[in-house]
Amino acid sequence: MGFISRLGLAFGLFFKVLSDTALASRAAGLLTQPEEDTTPSSFVPEPAATPEAPTDTSALQLMAALQREGRFIDFVQEDVQSLADDDIGGAARLVHEGCRKVISKWFTITPVWPGEEGTSVTLEEGFDAKRVQLTGNVTGEPPFSGTLAHHGWAVDETKLPTLTRGADPSVLAPAEVEL
Amino acid sequence: MSEAKYIVGIDLGTSNCALSFSVITGDTNATQTIEELELPQVTAPGTIESRPLLPSFLYLPNEHELADGALALPWDDEATVAVGSYARSQSAKVPDRTVTSSKSWLCHDGADRRGPILPWAARNPDIEKVSPIETATQFLLHLSAAFADATGVPLHEQQVVVTVPASFDPAARDLTVEAAEYAGLGGLSLLEEPQAALYSWLDQQGNDWRKQLTVGDVVLVCDIGGGTTDFSLIAITESGGSLELERLAVGEHILLGGDNMDFALAFALRKELESQGSKLDRWQLTSLVQGARAAKEALLADPTLNTVPIVVPNRGSKLFQKNIKAELSRQQVLDIVTDGFFPECGANDMPRQARRTGLTQMGLPYAQDAAVTRHLAQFLARQSNDTGDLIRPTAVLFNGGVLQSAELRTRLVDVLNGWLSEEQLPPIKVLPGAKLDTAVARGATYYGQAKSGRGVRIRGGTARSYYVGVEEPMPAVPGFEPPIYAICVAPFGMEEGSDAHVEGEPLGLVIGEPASFRFFSSTVRRGDAVGTILQDWSDDDLTELPAIETQLSAGSGDDQNQLVEVVLQSSVTTTGTLALYCVDRSQNRRWKLEFDVRGHN
Repeated sequence: MGFISRLGLAFGLFFKVLSDTALASRAAGLLTQPEEDTTPSSFVPEPAATPEAPTDTSALQLMAALQREGRFIDFVQEDVQSLADDDIGGAARLVHEGCRKVISKWFTITPVWPGEEGTSVTLEEGFDAKRVQLTGNVTGEPPFSGTLAHHGWAVDETKLPTLTRGADPSVLAPAEVEL
Repeated sequence: MSEAKYIVGIDLGTSNCALSFSVITGDTNATQTIEELELPQVTAPGTIESRPLLPSFLYLPNEHELADGALALPWDDEATVAVGSYARSQSAKVPDRTVTSSKSWLCHDGADRRGPILPWAARNPDIEKVSPIETATQFLLHLSAAFADATGVPLHEQQVVVTVPASFDPAARDLTVEAAEYAGLGGLSLLEEPQAALYSWLDQQGNDWRKQLTVGDVVLVCDIGGGTTDFSLIAITESGGSLELERLAVGEHILLGGDNMDFALAFALRKELESQGSKLDRWQLTSLVQGARAAKEALLADPTLNTVPIVVPNRGSKLFQKNIKAELSRQQVLDIVTDGFFPECGANDMPRQARRTGLTQMGLPYAQDAAVTRHLAQFLARQSNDTGDLIRPTAVLFNGGVLQSAELRTRLVDVLNGWLSEEQLPPIKVLPGAKLDTAVARGATYYGQAKSGRGVRIRGGTARSYYVGVEEPMPAVPGFEPPIYAICVAPFGMEEGSDAHVEGEPLGLVIGEPASFRFFSSTVRRGDAVGTILQDWSDDDLTELPAIETQLSAGSGDDQNQLVEVVLQSSVTTTGTLALYCVDRSQNRRWKLEFDVRGHN
């Protein structure tokens, strides 16, 4: 199929996917089964999933807490190119300590894979691809044998603060005026 | 009132409060699992987080300072003051509006405890000051609401145990109960904090405690919190073939704790920085104290570290400009904390009386000698048994945040063992401590269970004997105060729920006139019975407390200025407070003697 014909098909599909739910789910199925696609990568229409309404409050809350405890926003807003490592090092301690406090209070974080990094790992059939990512020479069928390059991180428990009507989440840090 | 569903233990600490609870079941044999309540609190304006500890700070904002609803709580949308983490962080930024160390004020007999005196530093006329008792009420109200919010039942219907320092005098115990009553919590029981720490250990050990302690053992409980240091001795005795625990002695009130240590380190660092030309403002000094605390904890926890850098950031958004860098070394911690607060000393050393700078804060009577070990030596040197021999501890239990440091625990053990070995006594057993920051609240819950037969109970009663000063009958001599003698009104170890009458010569009091008596306590005169008269005594024997007083109200058929004959009566309430009365036996009536808590210093 030539490029122009494919372009035509793509646009056709694009609008059909938008209007036809059944076709959309078939298209989604096509996209999640890349191993069936033997042809080189081709132009595919944007999946027309309807995203959930964005909830940015939790993200803003986290940023505000990282700033409050660890000056995180101050840190990333600075231009560090011209600074000496010694100065960055001093500030990094503050940022590290404060951010660590927030992260450890709000989240229970544990490694995804309990083993030591660098050790051998075997993945049986049916392993959870969301929890383990294969890299390197990925061929054939499971079980796969390899080396644990990074043990991963997962959140077991999240304990976010409650925001009350007295909060404006978009203010990461209020301006401070000393009287 | 509904039947209680829970036993609730409350640690109303100088720096932090905690609450734990257990379910009441029909099973009277087994101790129930003790749970800790996560306490929702404002951590930043408009933000509520749940934490195991509620910092004992109260913030009183200006009405324009915060947005509407900024201090709202799950149970109070209109809250206008803050208790807990946010209040603590404000103590550095707006000290004039933050009440700190209110518990130390509650037991400071030079202060008017019912008067609006806090925040002590506040000079701003628009701040509506609060009393130490109101502050305690605020903390209890917060805990009470958090409990009701989590369990769905009101706290005042539960069996509540509130802990107080063993060194609290009767007035401070009374004020704690009064604060609880303002918070709607009547009918609670008080428990001494070091006992609570031991109860928590008993809970943790289960039945194994009998393998670790045996008849004849004496446990020293050494409790060093953020603001206070408290010692108690508890003996293991035997009755009817089973082991029992008996509290033998408690120490004097020592206003000395972890906060003093952090300040001492920060002041040393500030001096160093100033000699290098850096000037610190108030905000930076607070940051330096926090940095010093973290660095101290790191150095005490890891013996391989030699120095820990501290960065005091510039206050503006430019994080990398004008930072002040300091360094805390192992040697400084050793010199200032380990050797400064826990110096090696002899068993006969006494605390020094010279006031040290850097440790005092205006207002509160901080300990004049920072050496915890010398206070401990003095405490132990005063404790002797019926035959006059010194009581020596055979085991030690540590409690309080400061003693989370293994290095400081080791120093205390070394000092104690030095004293014991001089007397050819075996080294002390160290009882493994529980979770030190919530142990007291947990122990209070265990005590609640033990009171109803589920668990071992420590026998104690009053930790002191009490005396009232009575004037010797003698002709008035101008310019001379008549000599007084002290009569014992409540013996050492008087049990809760018991009364004692002072027999002997009645006292003559005048109807309609105020009557005031000098009042004394002793932690060392354990043998005095009710009615024992002391003609003279040393300051080591008796400690004078604020006066006790009453107004003899006239009844029907009384003439004003009529003389009535009264005898003194004491009673220890089931709550655990001491009450003293003047009893007119002929009319079968009595007047309560109130503790003077107005403060005159």
